[in-house]
Amino acid sequence: MTDATIANPAPAKASSPTRSAFADMWRQFRAHKGGVAGLIVFTFIVLAVYVGPYIHRVAPNQLNIREKNQWPSLAHPFGTDNLGKDMLAQVLAGGRISLAVGITAMLLALFLGTLVGVLSGYFRRLDGPLMRLTDLFLALPLLPLLLVILLLFRDTLRAAFGPETGIFILIVVVIGVTSWMHTARIVRGDVLAVKSQEFILAAKSSGMREYRIVLRHILPNVLSSIMVSATLGIASAIITESSLSFLGLGFPSDFPTWGRLLFDGANFLQLTPSRVLWPGLAISATVLSVNYMGDAIRDALDPRTLKR
Amino acid sequence: MQLDGIDTGKRAIRALKSRQINIKGNSSMKKLKHLLVGTVAVLALGGTAAHAERGTDGDLKALFWQAVSTLNPYLSGGTKEVFASSIVIEPLARYDEKGELVPWLVTEIPTVENGGVAKDLLSMTWKIKPGVKWSDGTAFTAEDVIFTWKYCTAPDGGCAQAAQYEGVKNVEAIDPNTVKITFTEPKPYPYSAFVGAQSPVIQAKQFKDCVGAKAPGCTAANFGPIGTGAFMVADFKPNDVITFKANPNYRDPAKPAFASITLKGGGDAASAARAVLETGEYDYAWNAQVEPEVLQTMLAAGKGRLEISFGTQVERINLNHFNADPSLGAKRSTKEAGPHPSLSDPAVRRALSLAIDRDIIVEAGYGQSGRATCNIVPAPEVVASTKNDSWCLKQDIEGANKLLEDAGWKKGSDGIRAKDGVRLSYLYSTSTNSVRQATQELVKAMWAEIGVDAELRNASASVFFGGDPASPDTFQKFYADVEMYTNNFDGTDPEKYLAEWLCDKIPGPANGWQGQNIPRYCNPDYDKLVGELSRTADLDKRAALAKQLNDMLTEEGAHITLVHRGDQSSFAATLEGIKMNSWDSQVWNIADWSRKK
Repeated sequence: MTDATIANPAPAKASSPTRSAFADMWRQFRAHKGGVAGLIVFTFIVLAVYVGPYIHRVAPNQLNIREKNQWPSLAHPFGTDNLGKDMLAQVLAGGRISLAVGITAMLLALFLGTLVGVLSGYFRRLDGPLMRLTDLFLALPLLPLLLVILLLFRDTLRAAFGPETGIFILIVVVIGVTSWMHTARIVRGDVLAVKSQEFILAAKSSGMREYRIVLRHILPNVLSSIMVSATLGIASAIITESSLSFLGLGFPSDFPTWGRLLFDGANFLQLTPSRVLWPGLAISATVLSVNYMGDAIRDALDPRTLKR
Repeated sequence: MQLDGIDTGKRAIRALKSRQINIKGNSSMKKLKHLLVGTVAVLALGGTAAHAERGTDGDLKALFWQAVSTLNPYLSGGTKEVFASSIVIEPLARYDEKGELVPWLVTEIPTVENGGVAKDLLSMTWKIKPGVKWSDGTAFTAEDVIFTWKYCTAPDGGCAQAAQYEGVKNVEAIDPNTVKITFTEPKPYPYSAFVGAQSPVIQAKQFKDCVGAKAPGCTAANFGPIGTGAFMVADFKPNDVITFKANPNYRDPAKPAFASITLKGGGDAASAARAVLETGEYDYAWNAQVEPEVLQTMLAAGKGRLEISFGTQVERINLNHFNADPSLGAKRSTKEAGPHPSLSDPAVRRALSLAIDRDIIVEAGYGQSGRATCNIVPAPEVVASTKNDSWCLKQDIEGANKLLEDAGWKKGSDGIRAKDGVRLSYLYSTSTNSVRQATQELVKAMWAEIGVDAELRNASASVFFGGDPASPDTFQKFYADVEMYTNNFDGTDPEKYLAEWLCDKIPGPANGWQGQNIPRYCNPDYDKLVGELSRTADLDKRAALAKQLNDMLTEEGAHITLVHRGDQSSFAATLEGIKMNSWDSQVWNIADWSRKK
């Protein structure tokens, strides 16, 4: 393989020369039926959430107290809430925030977790300190920590980026820096296993630089477990965000997110069931589809399955 | 729900009040008229009462969605503790559902007319009903009353109701059935010690070793006080279930109708209301603070009903008269920060009030349990002003826009008004609770119509009302431009309450953020008028002054009053004899409750 494929780090000694690694992975991915279904659902959700507002042109924060608690109709396909806000518009707007928070926070956690995991797995001298740091973070009580972070930085970020972007950055960072530990643990374990294999020894004896070994040989081999924790990370980030909103620490209350819509709608379950049905369905479908996709990606990236 | 916050809030505010020095020289005599009427009412009641035998109606299942942690109200000022303990222990006199004083363990309410209150207003005498017995069979005497005063005023006792005994110099027994209270200064309105659910009499024998610092350690006594009430404690699991059974030594042999009460704690307001109104598993659930339409669906099941009573709670938006710009750091919302750049303009304050349609807020969040109001003193009737209702109760977007236009606030390209670089954009904070958040959104939408922007923020009720001087999110610190919550005053006399808006009550670092003048309103004329009120004894003049003060606050825009809130609880359809009471404990007349046959 050439350097051109570095962007898609291919497993060492993977494919036959006639096929590109990417095509191999895609073939493998397609073989996983759940993964394909997950991809379709997830793509649909992302499209709906980002393109939907151009089709359903109702402002999510438009109050109309005279049309409150309505069941689904043509004007309001998902009904309205107790202030007369259109639920479809709210679910779409909420999805944009929830997905953005989930994915960004996951990427941040993934980056931190992989960095710590690879460093402590590969360099023995760093192992002790970094793993103790991980233990430290695992032992930290999350909620008081979040409270302190939010109190310390809320006003600064609000002044610098405005209320919405400021709180978005804050929440993404807070969720990211408090959820990387499991990824770090898993990655470290995998790196330790891979490190002792012969091809690493071969690479070392051929005089390859250490960072090249990590990037070219170690990372591709631990990618599958990283992908799995990534998919789980999206789900837990969406849920953490909703619990923060519930405590009044998240976005302003007129800023819909799926978690908040679900929480606000719970009391109205009998009156307008669609208020909890749609946000709940959206969260479940996103989490489930992302999990299936992760499963399929793991299969596709696993060098052992590729041989088949 | 929603109201997890409001109860805590009231408690915090009450704690605040108790720390404040009492304003002396109060001379509210208007009570006396009520007293006489109250006495008559109770006599009439007594005549119709004997309907059943004691303990024939089985078990009463009650639900408090905030669990009860102790049955000693002197160790916890929480509403839930006060209410639960009022089933067992009783005061000498209490307020009925109309806010009128009724004698409870005494023969009559002492007044100047009947000689119970001395002419110099320095002492009063209570005559205990003969034959009142504690649930253990021993006699209730003046010694118990004296002990209660000593218990609550003992040093290191941390008594939560110490404010009730403020200004009391001595309590002494003239004979076993007569108690004399002397005051340090003339007290025109002496009914606070041993009056109301917050100041019940406890048994001297049971608590004699629990005075002062030892009070919290007396678990057996605190969890199972011996009382004179219709029920006695059978079993108490803190923060979970309390079982009461009928008191065999209760003074009326025909009462109570119920043999026992099971009081379960925990859950949330909506599920508690549902358990009574929809599934019928419980007979009584306290504080049904749930969106009106949700309650309607529950009521449709026909298993229960809602009872509402109105006290003095008013949901209001405080307008910060000081600058709350975060760039000022620790100085914000204090005098050093200077006046607020836009809210110090009376036109802005008036426009913000004009833009609000209070009826919509009531409809969306309160239903039957709220009324639009323009008064900070909404009750009782004699002091409730109607002067500002004409302009304030009706939404007037055009008028508000014109007012702002004339004052030089011009709309910018983003639709937000500004003048000299100051934008009408406000940080709007409140406690976390679904009705409050809905109100915030409604107000934001209404303000948007006059070119005013709002950024919404909410803090958990335990933080917002927590009073922690280290937290920037408390309502006392008011690190926001506007903030919304509910407050009320105890009893029926508003003088102490109206004195909260005095200039020297502004919270700040100097007084540990303990002042009650949350909006930082300061007007020397207002201060002068409050001084006049404290020197006035004549009932009608007092009422007129109170109205004048209330109108001043509304007209000058110290705050924007939104909703006069009622207390709302759910009861099983089969329960009878309930008189919802906002002036005392909701279960004040639990001896009269019975089940329809």
